[in-house]
Amino acid sequence: MKKVFKYLRDYKKESILAPLLKMLEALFELFVPLVVANIIDQGIGGQNIPYIIRMCLLMILLAVIGLAFSIIAQYFASKAAVGTASSLRSSLFSHIQSLSYTEMDTVGSSTLITRMTSDINQIQNGINLFLRLFMRSPFIVFGAMIMAFTIDKKAALIFMVTIPLLSLVVFGIMLITKPIYQKIQGGLDKILRLTRENLTGVRVIRAFHKEAEELRNFKEANENLTNLQKFAGRFSGLMNPITYIIINSAIIVLIWQGAARVNSGDLTQGQVVALYNYMSQILVELIKLANLIVSLTKALACAKRVGDIFEIKSSMEEGNTAAQDKQEYVVEFCKVSLKYANAGEESLTDISFRARRGETIGIIGGTGSGKTSLINLIPRFYDATSGEVRIDGRNVKDYSFAALNHKISVVPQMAQLFQGSIRDNLRIGNRDASEETLLQALEVSQAMEFVASREEGLNAPIEQGGKNLSGGQKQRLTIARALVKGADILILDDSASALDYATDAKLRKAIRELKPAPTVFIVSQRASTIMYADQIIVLENGKVAGIGKHEELLAACDIYQEIYYSQFEKEA
Amino acid sequence: MKDSKKVIQKATIQMLWAYLNKYHIFIVISLLAAVITVASTLYVPVLVGNAIDYIIGAGNVHFTKIMSILIQVAVMIGITGLFQWIMNICNNKITYHITRDIRSEAIEKIERLPLKYIDGHSHGDIVSRVIADVDQLADGLLMGFTQFFTGVITILGTLGFMFSINVYIALLVVLLTPISLLVARFIATHTYSMFKQHSEIRGEQTALINEMIGGQKVVKAFGYEQEALKRFDSINKRLQESSLKAIFYSSLTNPGTRFVNSLVYAGVAILGAIVAVFGNLSVGQLSCFLSYANQYTKPFNEISGVFTELQNALACASRIFELIEEEPQQPEAENAIILSDTEGNVELQNVYFSYRPEQPLIEDFNLEVQGGQRVAIVGPTGCGKTTIINLLMRFYEINSGAIKVDGKNITDLTRGSLRKSYGMVLQDTWLKSGTIRENITLGKPDATEEEIIKAAKAAHSYDFIKRLSHGFDTYITEEGGGLSQGQKQLLCITRVMLCLPPMLILDEATSSIDTRTELKIQSAFAKMMEGRTSFIVAHRLSTIQSADIILVMKDGKIIEQGDHKTLLEKNGFYAQLYKSQFAA
Repeated sequence: MKKVFKYLRDYKKESILAPLLKMLEALFELFVPLVVANIIDQGIGGQNIPYIIRMCLLMILLAVIGLAFSIIAQYFASKAAVGTASSLRSSLFSHIQSLSYTEMDTVGSSTLITRMTSDINQIQNGINLFLRLFMRSPFIVFGAMIMAFTIDKKAALIFMVTIPLLSLVVFGIMLITKPIYQKIQGGLDKILRLTRENLTGVRVIRAFHKEAEELRNFKEANENLTNLQKFAGRFSGLMNPITYIIINSAIIVLIWQGAARVNSGDLTQGQVVALYNYMSQILVELIKLANLIVSLTKALACAKRVGDIFEIKSSMEEGNTAAQDKQEYVVEFCKVSLKYANAGEESLTDISFRARRGETIGIIGGTGSGKTSLINLIPRFYDATSGEVRIDGRNVKDYSFAALNHKISVVPQMAQLFQGSIRDNLRIGNRDASEETLLQALEVSQAMEFVASREEGLNAPIEQGGKNLSGGQKQRLTIARALVKGADILILDDSASALDYATDAKLRKAIRELKPAPTVFIVSQRASTIMYADQIIVLENGKVAGIGKHEELLAACDIYQEIYYSQFEKEA
Repeated sequence: MKDSKKVIQKATIQMLWAYLNKYHIFIVISLLAAVITVASTLYVPVLVGNAIDYIIGAGNVHFTKIMSILIQVAVMIGITGLFQWIMNICNNKITYHITRDIRSEAIEKIERLPLKYIDGHSHGDIVSRVIADVDQLADGLLMGFTQFFTGVITILGTLGFMFSINVYIALLVVLLTPISLLVARFIATHTYSMFKQHSEIRGEQTALINEMIGGQKVVKAFGYEQEALKRFDSINKRLQESSLKAIFYSSLTNPGTRFVNSLVYAGVAILGAIVAVFGNLSVGQLSCFLSYANQYTKPFNEISGVFTELQNALACASRIFELIEEEPQQPEAENAIILSDTEGNVELQNVYFSYRPEQPLIEDFNLEVQGGQRVAIVGPTGCGKTTIINLLMRFYEINSGAIKVDGKNITDLTRGSLRKSYGMVLQDTWLKSGTIRENITLGKPDATEEEIIKAAKAAHSYDFIKRLSHGFDTYITEEGGGLSQGQKQLLCITRVMLCLPPMLILDEATSSIDTRTELKIQSAFAKMMEGRTSFIVAHRLSTIQSADIILVMKDGKIIEQGDHKTLLEKNGFYAQLYKSQFAA
């Protein structure tokens, strides 16, 4: 929360001047009824036409000054609001970039995106409104009361009663309706969910012939929502009539009392008109204030949510080792266990193995056996809960993020590409890669054919989320992207699942022939993909069920046998 | 272009009117209440002005007259308050009921839309029509009712009162006030391009945020953070500049119109005072005029706001009506047969089908499946295996030819009974938010506990369901939160195991389940398929080999058809595919 308002402090001058100028504008508005009172009492009463003209010119002058102040105030308010939102957005973006996988998992990217976009926009609107109106409206309300006091103390007492009464009604209704509006939001969410379900699940719903039932559910939720809305409307519909009655009752009292005071010579006719005008001004401003408070509470809630994101600190500390001499054992796991945040059980338990430079390591196991968890520890996407992961003989926690990043290329399970050209995407991990490197990577990843078939070649555009590519094309490009980065360790996390067997085989052959040969980790569900690896790690429920070559495992490891024979029949 | 836009707008208003017409009594009451409210609101300043005229000076106050006027004021405000409330209630009722009606109509249409439409349109877009657009329409309608009508009546009423008191001052007000409208219009047209640019840049930024934060794991894996921040900041800077411009200039509307109002006010004061000096206007009348000058300009400002809001609401209405007007699927014949106790004979005769007319897909396809036979559909990913399923389930209509079940053309059958004869497990596992039990019993709501447990055990989902916090009553959300893809697929299999229809469609039903569990389910599948006609999209060789008929598909077309042996002998695409499975 504090963090959010810190950025407003960069616009100290603007944030002070904007409300101040707005207040001045309001002050000039408050003078108008006084001027009118003078016109009535002295101009009309004294049959003084030049005086009337002078006074009216004064009113125009007041309006001009008010306009000038108001424009400057609007400028300052916009500048402060937009500027604050901009800095906030930039620093939130960079904060999010610093979070580790663990935090990303707990918060979720859709939440982060909402914080970055709509929440910050709401804050911007809130600041803008706040600076413009928050001083003005109360100032006019209380200003009108004070002005009333300067005219007549006794008449002003009516204001003293009316203003609290009005505030009570306005804020009371807001207080009552607020929880109902929250419920309405909930009802709307439900309708949204049902609509989406009926679209995404259309095949299942129709296959089971559930259309009528779904329709019934929707209509029920829809009816509930309507009833809630009408219920809330009944209260908020009271706001205008009640405030109208209060103000006008006050005016009745005002006139009656004014009449008595004029009769006794304590007040003039013009002053009664002035008091009447002040009363009308209050009503308008009070309604504005109520609207303002609604937007402000919204903005404050958003500010709190954004502040909460700033509170999240990366759970990973960066080491300071820059680079390390190459060792024979590139990757070592020593009794490594991993338990994810908020998880009940360990995802990996007591894993130990060593990978020599240039070896190919296959990792296989059932759904949820911990394959991805294991390889995610190598680039330190997560920290091991116990035990040590070493690269070139040093604990991964000792390396600086950049140094570690430099050693490892990952092809994640989900093929994710960014909007831009193919070239932009390939160069993401290696900004200065030469044309030759790019082409070579495409060749190895079996992507050359389809890239070459594009008219624009490497410059062919990739749409957001890679929508204009098939699953297999995307996977091949993510592999090429990792190859362009050209690190010592290459990790393929089930990244050929969308490729047919033949292409998969060609890809593996090309990777084997890479010079200099990287150490390759291949995760797969297919036995055929990993059976030629130098070492195969078989995982079962987060534990190593066997390590060795294909023949060894086939002879000795039950689980490997089961997996293998579920894909290849015994005689094959 | 402009004409066609007008035509659409006219059609939209007509449709909207049809919805409104249902509530015409409330509309009439609302309008009457508005007239009464406005009239009495306007009459109060006149009364107050009269009262002020009886307060002339010390010792010169007519208390009895004032008293009787004030009693009239009290009655007036009572009436105003009451009718204002009645009007608000009516307006709420009209708007909320219309939104309800439109939403119901929309969802009914969604249930009857052909899948072609649903597959071809972004779900997010349809959802936003049903939710956001209808909401926007409701806001516009409510604002239209509450502000537009009262605004217009206020303007007319004020004019009437003003002209009845003094023609010259009234003329002055009439001539000056439109200036504020002009000011508002001037600012709106000049800021339009700024706002357009602003929302374009904002869109650009949102796209980048979506990508970089959605793909944060990739960003981090490739050390792209600095570069991402640089790209972000450059857009952010442009956004800041353009927002400042758009927000500042548009925020000038308020002070601008307020300034014009002040001018009108001063004008009334000067003219009124001078007329009053010559005795043609009382002080009370002047104060009444001044209060009118304020009231008259306010609805002008509001109405210009309402106009943009209404335009917006109409645009939203036309989007939602577009959905409602969409052609529904071919209606069922009145005498459609209800399919029951199927033998499972499926026949496709000279079937032609294509998603797009210019791209022929399935041409002259013939297939005869005897009850209890197994049909395997094979081919590379994305070759259109799902197309066959779409046709069998009549999710899509064929262009020509016929599909028959037990000799009856499926177009003569009710859709519901045809689809219920198939048990379907798709690769895309869809679960609705609800309990596990609700999801499993989707096809057989009256299943007993024993039946449910038996089905779950057969599908090997019983173990993990038992371990969930509330067993079968565990609530799961739309995305199946907390369940793995494999577990979701097991639930979908359980669902079919429970109702066991006479024919089966399995579309890569075990693609997310690890091969060992799959092996265990296979036996259950084999038992299930016994005596049931089944269509299976599969990778597994054993499933394919034992099929009675194999359909080989490529690029959306069926290129080979036969059993394993004949296809291998043919040495075509299937043989090639078969061999590649074993190539290292």
